[in-house]
Parts: sequence; structure tokens; C-alpha cells
Amino acid sequence: MNIMPQTIVTPEKPRIMAERPIKIVARDVNVYYGEKQAIKNVSIGIPDRAVSAFIGPSGCGKSTFLRAINRMNDTIPTCRMTGEIAIDGKNVYDRDVDVVQLRARVGMVFQKPNPFPKSIFENVAYGPRIHGLARNKSDLEDIVVTSLKRTSLFEEVKDRLGHSGTSLSGGQQQRLCIARAIAVNPEAILMDEPCSSLDPIATAKIEELIDELRQNFCIVIVTHSMQQAARVSQLAAFFHLGHLVEFGDTDEIFTAPREKRTQDYITGRFG
Amino acid sequence: MTDTFKKGDPKLIARRYRAERRFRAYGAAALGLTALFLAILIADIVVKAWPAFFEHRVIMKIAIDPARVDAKDPIKGDFEGLVKDAFRAALPAVTSRGDKKKLSGLLSVGAADDLRRMVVNEPGLVGTEVTAPVLLSANVDLYLKGQQTGTALRLGGGTIQIAEAGEDYLLTGAIGSLVAGEVVRVNGGALRIAAAAAGGLKAEALVRPATLNAATAGQWDVLAFSVAEAGRRISDREIVWLESLKDRGAIEKAVAWRFFASGDSREPELAGIRGALVGSLLAVAVALALSLPLGVAAAIYLEQFAPKNRLTEVIEVNINNLAAVPSIIFGLLGLAVFLNFFGLPRSAALAGGLVLALLVLPTIIIAARAALKSVPPSIAEAALGVGASHQQAVFHHMLPLALPGILTGTILAVARALGETAPLLMIGMVAFIVDIPRNLTDAATVLPVQIFLWSDLPEIAFQSRTAAAIVVLLAVLFCLNAVAIYLRKRFERRW
Repeated sequence: MNIMPQTIVTPEKPRIMAERPIKIVARDVNVYYGEKQAIKNVSIGIPDRAVSAFIGPSGCGKSTFLRAINRMNDTIPTCRMTGEIAIDGKNVYDRDVDVVQLRARVGMVFQKPNPFPKSIFENVAYGPRIHGLARNKSDLEDIVVTSLKRTSLFEEVKDRLGHSGTSLSGGQQQRLCIARAIAVNPEAILMDEPCSSLDPIATAKIEELIDELRQNFCIVIVTHSMQQAARVSQLAAFFHLGHLVEFGDTDEIFTAPREKRTQDYITGRFG
Repeated sequence: MTDTFKKGDPKLIARRYRAERRFRAYGAAALGLTALFLAILIADIVVKAWPAFFEHRVIMKIAIDPARVDAKDPIKGDFEGLVKDAFRAALPAVTSRGDKKKLSGLLSVGAADDLRRMVVNEPGLVGTEVTAPVLLSANVDLYLKGQQTGTALRLGGGTIQIAEAGEDYLLTGAIGSLVAGEVVRVNGGALRIAAAAAGGLKAEALVRPATLNAATAGQWDVLAFSVAEAGRRISDREIVWLESLKDRGAIEKAVAWRFFASGDSREPELAGIRGALVGSLLAVAVALALSLPLGVAAAIYLEQFAPKNRLTEVIEVNINNLAAVPSIIFGLLGLAVFLNFFGLPRSAALAGGLVLALLVLPTIIIAARAALKSVPPSIAEAALGVGASHQQAVFHHMLPLALPGILTGTILAVARALGETAPLLMIGMVAFIVDIPRNLTDAATVLPVQIFLWSDLPEIAFQSRTAAAIVVLLAVLFCLNAVAIYLRKRFERRW
């Protein structure tokens, strides 16, 4: 195993990085599922207020790495990890870090829309309520309405906030999940293939939404679709077999990749 | 449509379709057979139980004599004497000592209780004459329900003459249709045909006729029995008395509410299911109150929080094994632990409930774990993703979704507990208990044990009561299931 810490992959300092502070820094991250190593020595710096896309073939570890950031892998009993991931300089794997607070700071949107089988209102209100973010009822209503408006869902559901979240269409459900995530006012949002089960129109809406949200959040998105990565992200990281192969400005990755593997993947030669 | 559409071996395809048709036929046949057996079973039980829901009473005018019932303290009054005297007065033809005793035997042992209750509730009745129904004995009840002998009544045709012949009588005239053993009712008396004698039929008097006048067609009638006197528990004489009461309209058939209102008794006509029903409900309530929270908590811990190691594995295997342990073992455990060690009262609903709780705990844990396991993991992830703690994710999101499944499992477990007999035998709930239990430590019995006890009794009248108790048990189970289905639908329909 490599003992020397690998340098953070910021060669030549991508343009975006130069403009924005780095929010999430990973150093020498290794993740194992039992015996199998899923992430191998990944070090990366993810900037704030930008969309970073993780791309790569299936099983390359991009989702695993994403879930390592807000410690969602903790729920998998066989999963182990070494190295450190720091948000604003604080290692989230430190003993004194409360995972509940971490996840309130780093929201997550999953591959399949997974609204709670509760009302639309309750879906959004749940996070603020358990974290005590609203002082009273009207406060809570404000948060819910604001969150729904920011995901441009409010106009569509304002007459049926009491209806079940699962009664919405797939795209609406996913926007509800995003509203649920931003309702607790996180600093970063992790999105694990958020559009993979949606039709192109719903996908377009989500992408539009992601583009707006990047004004305020650090967004990391895992995607299978290269077009999507090109459309929504400013930075792109290419993962292959657990390695971070290349990380840089999206434009550069897609037009002039430095690594041959990246080029092969982007041009469709494997994956 | 055309030949070009066909592909593959036609024989193979035909065989495939045949196999499918055959499989469907097997399924339908199995289902039909099950439904048939179930229908037969239920029909049999209900038909057998039906008579137990009715009782026969004799309506009498009873004078509440202030000399025998003190208006200030009516509960101690001599109601037995009142009822017996009134009954004798209703049948003045019965004169001999032995017959009077037999006559009293037609009434239930508890015949006076209803009257006593009536007067105690309304002491103003003392000194007046009341018309009250008085319960008949189970034996009489059986006869009146036609379970002792078939009794056919036919009007006499032609004229018969009656003459005394010593103690007996001699019948002559239109006696062609009469057979030995039949009873001729004439002139207020009843004569049982004994044998042919010189020029007529010798007949023995069950009730002596008032006169010896000849009776024309329609003035006399004949009772014929399908079972001879020796083969039944009611004599010809008693039948004659009852038939005369019946002719007067003094016997009524009514719904036997006391079956639902009273406890067990040695007398079938007085025996009721209330004690066992209350005992069952108390025991099951204890079992549920204990095993549901414990079981669900254990399931949540094992499913969600327990570390996956050797110890939890052993516990899991043991829980699964416990669900398969014969129930009588739990009874022995209850005897050793709850009665002998903790000194709980014997045959109490509390001890029974504790044993049943042990019995159903593994079932509930298994059902609850399966229900929790079937909650989609995406829900837990969603909760964790917005920063819910593990416990919050479980209690706010997974448990509500698992609730319908947990409820279904629990109801099945309760149904099992309700039908369980063996473990309760071990802790003494098999005793003959007359009183209806008032609290958890009173001696009690439960429905299946009551069924078991009654099925063991020799009295024929208890057969229908056994079946009726089964009907009550089934009804309770159906009610429980209905509640479970309602709850499940409610929780499912919320979203």
C-alpha cells in the first residue's frame, strides 16, 4: 500500500478551483467492503459553490466515494475506510464528529426518488423538525414553502401539501427529495445519479435546478450520463476501478483529457 | 395465424400447455376440497351447537307468600318451595309421593334462582301473584328439543270404551291401530297399552282418567314414541305430564341468554360460557400487553441495532427454535417459574397470560423482524440522509411502515394463544370454576379448556354446549381477525 500521501489531484489548478475556496478535501481515502477494496488511495479537493461530477463505468467506486463523504457507508456493516475526508478543514471521521450533524450539513439525494410515505409537507418539514431549525409552526411553514419554491415544486403542489409524497410523478418526487435535502440548509449536497430513473423532461428540470442550486451549495453529482456531466458540472472526476484517474475542469476533461483511460471512456471505447 | 408464425416443436408446446392446465386443475381441486371440508366442519359445529342457544321454561303463576319470603330480606326466601308448590299445582293429577318427587325433578336445580333475582330486584312483588317462566331441567329440555325420543301425536279414530280391571284398565272398541307401548290420553288420564287381553287391550294408568265414559273419535288421542322407555332418560309418565303442560301452552322456548351470562355449572341447563370467555380475554390481554412491546422491541434491536456477531446469531437461532417448541413445555416452564418460584396464584389469568406471552413472543419477534426487513432500505437511507439518527429513522419511518405486518403477525399469535390448551393445563387452569373471574388473580379458565372439560362430560346436554362453546371461540377469533384486517387496512390506507 502506498504510504506516502498522494498529492491532491489539482494539477495545473483548474480554473474553477482557482476562483472558489475548496470545501471538501479527501486524503488517501481507501474504502473496503469486507476483503474487496472499492476505493484506492483517492485524494481530491472539491470546491464550494460549484457542481463537481463523478463519472466512470459501473462499479468504479464513484458512488462509494460519494457516500463516504457524509458517512452513509457507516450503515453498511462490512464497510471499512482509511484516510480522511475534511469539510472546511474538519475531518468528518474524527471521533468527536456527530454523524447526525454531519448529515445535516451534507445533504443527500438518492438514485431512486425516495420520499417518505407521508404528506408532501411532512417530507420537507421532517429535517428541520428533527434538527430544531424552526422555532414555531409558521417558521416551519416558511421553511417548507421556501424549499419547495427553490425546487420550483411549490406551484405544482401548493394545493395538495397534505397529499402523500409518493403520489407525485417520478420527477416531482425527486425534486421533493431535493427540497427535503435543502430544507435543513446544508452546505453541500451529494447527488447519487439523481436522474437515472427519470424521463428526459424531468431530467432537464432537475438539471436546471442543480444549476440554480450551485449558486449557494457545494454540489457533488454522480452520473452515468456524460452529456449530463457536461451540461451541469464545472468540474469532473473520472473514476476507474477504484482509482481517481483524472480531475479537472469539465471542459478540459471532455475536450482534452490528459489520461488515456479518460479519453477511452469518454469516446466510448470502454465502460 | 399462418404457418410462418409457428416456431419450435409443436409437441413440446402442447405438452407445456397441458402441464399448465393440469397444474391449474390441481390447484382448483385442492382449493375446492379445502372449502368443502371447512364448510362441512362449520356446518356440523353450528348444527350441533344450535340447540344450546335455546332453553325451555314452564310459565307458571306463583304466589309470593309473605310467610315464606320476607319482604325486608327477600334473598333468603324459600323460593324453591314456592316454585315446587306452584309446579305441583299446575299438575293436580299428580298425587302420589313418588310422582311428586319426580315432578320436581323436571325443574332445573337452579329453577328458583330467576324468581329470587326477580323478587330481590323488586321486593314489592312479595304478597302478589306473579306469572314467571321457570327453567326446566336439561333432561326435559333435551326431550322438548326432540333429542330423547320422537313423539308422534295422532287423534283417536272411532269410539273406545274404558273399563277398570283391577289396578289397570281394559280398552275395547276402536283399538285396531293401537300398539303396545303407546299412550292413550282419554278423559284427563293417560293409559299405556301393555298387552292384548280378553276382548281388548290391557292398559296401565300413567295418570288415572277422571271418568270411565266412552270416548268418541276426536275425544281421545295417542302418543307414540320412537324410542322405548328403557332407552331414554325420561319416563312415559313424565312425558305425559310435559305434553299436558305443552297442550296448555305453558311451556315456552326462548333464547338461552344465560349461556352467555353465567359461569360453568354441573347442571347443563345452567352452565354458561361467560367465565371462560372472561378468563380467555384476561389471559390474552396479559399476554398481548407483555409480548407485543417486548417482541417488537426485541425485533427492532435484533434487526437494526444488534452487532452481527456469534452471540446475536445464537440468539436468533434460538428464537426461531423457540417458536417451534411444543406448547406444553411452556406450561411446565410457567409452572416452575411463575407458580413455584414467583408464587403466583394457581389457575389465575395472570399466570396463564404470562405463559401465553412466553409462547407467542418468538412468533411476534419473527413476524416483526420480517415486517421490518421488508421496509424498503431507501426509506431508512432517506431519513439518515437528512440527518435523522438511527433510532429516529427506525421509529419515525420504518416502524410505521412495518406496523401492518407486525399487526398481522401479532393477531396470528394471539389467535394461537386464544386456542392454546396444553400449557394452561400445567398451571391449573383446567379446574372446574363456577365464578366469573373479576381480576387477574382470580381462578379462571379459558375457552379451549372449557371446551375440553365439557367434551369430557357424560351428559348428552353438554354435547351441544361443547359445540356452542366452539362457536363462541370461533366467533371471538373471527372478531379478532376482523379487527386486525381493519387496523391493517387503516394503516395501509393512510398513504
